[in-house]
Amino acid sequence: MVQLTLPKNSTIRTGKTWPKPEGATNVRKFSIYRWNPDDGKNPQVDTYFVDMDKCGPMVLDALIKIKNEIDPTLTFRRSCREGICGSCAMNIDGINTLACIYGLDEVTGDVKIYPLPHMPVVKDLIPDLTHFYAQHASIMPWLETKTNRPAKEWKQSIEDRKKLDGLYECVMCASCSTACPSYWWNGDRYLGPAALLHAYRWIIDSRDEATGERLDDLEDPFKLYRCHTIMNCAKTCPKGLNPAKAIAEIKKMMVERHV
Amino acid sequence: MAFLTDRKRATGWGAAKSGTEHFWAMKKSSVALLVLIPFFVFTFGGILGSSFEEVQAYYARPFPAIIAALTLIVGFKHFNDGFQVLIEDYVHGIWEKILILGMTCISYGAAAVGVFAIAKMAL
Repeated sequence: MVQLTLPKNSTIRTGKTWPKPEGATNVRKFSIYRWNPDDGKNPQVDTYFVDMDKCGPMVLDALIKIKNEIDPTLTFRRSCREGICGSCAMNIDGINTLACIYGLDEVTGDVKIYPLPHMPVVKDLIPDLTHFYAQHASIMPWLETKTNRPAKEWKQSIEDRKKLDGLYECVMCASCSTACPSYWWNGDRYLGPAALLHAYRWIIDSRDEATGERLDDLEDPFKLYRCHTIMNCAKTCPKGLNPAKAIAEIKKMMVERHV
Repeated sequence: MAFLTDRKRATGWGAAKSGTEHFWAMKKSSVALLVLIPFFVFTFGGILGSSFEEVQAYYARPFPAIIAALTLIVGFKHFNDGFQVLIEDYVHGIWEKILILGMTCISYGAAAVGVFAIAKMAL
């Protein structure tokens, strides 16, 4: 059942305000969601002030600066710092995106940072993506073939390879799925935009020989048809991809099989 | 608490192998309504405010009566299919089934009442 209010132990309270850096003239305020599973307290929003003259241009630069110089307990995922690993996905200024490629100049006013919406929180800005990854695995994100393996490689024409552009670039950051209300309400059964984009990537791969089985596995009122094409996924994708279009293409193929 | 693997939770009971008929039916009724609604507004709006006898005589003609009947049938079918999606989105468990049953009865009941009224006027 859809849940429109937070449970009592999840309501967010005002947290600690850290002191402003001494002597800094160009200071920016950061409001960051904090939750520690070990202290038994409700989540809170802590306030930090960062000297922007001594900080890099991206949101992740500021987070690393806060962790290094102000509060070492602030917890978040990060790795590549260039939008390839998808680790640092979080909700910044109301948009799910990657902290490493989201510029601080894109945010007006205070910088508000929360974990990806509607996911269980492990700690602070770290969501539990276990189910999200399992859903991705369930669409069999690998080449399925029945023909004997060729002596060299599975050949693919330049035209067929081009069909994978706009799909293969997905870094599985979960920004799209956690921006989708259908995924919020029905994430246990609905695969969500990221897994469906990956499903389509393999469905239209000319080398794959399990197209029918892949479509069979998706033909479900919940796994696929919870998408109502509201396009939040395409709007929020930090890589500029369009999962809604991929899902629409899957639906078109489903209809083609019937009509 | 159940000791299920992550993959088992994600796969669930597998795909129902349905949903496409529902999706395609909604697309078909959408297109049909796109054609029917302007005709309905044109015919129904034209006679609005007339006397009972004038309306009865108007709906005795085949075109307005057929347009009105088709709009009611397709409209309530579309309403029913759309509302089912809405219920599936937001309500789960036994209430989901009860509401879908109730909404189906209301939709087809309302369509039947409307078609009966038009038939009574037309015949």
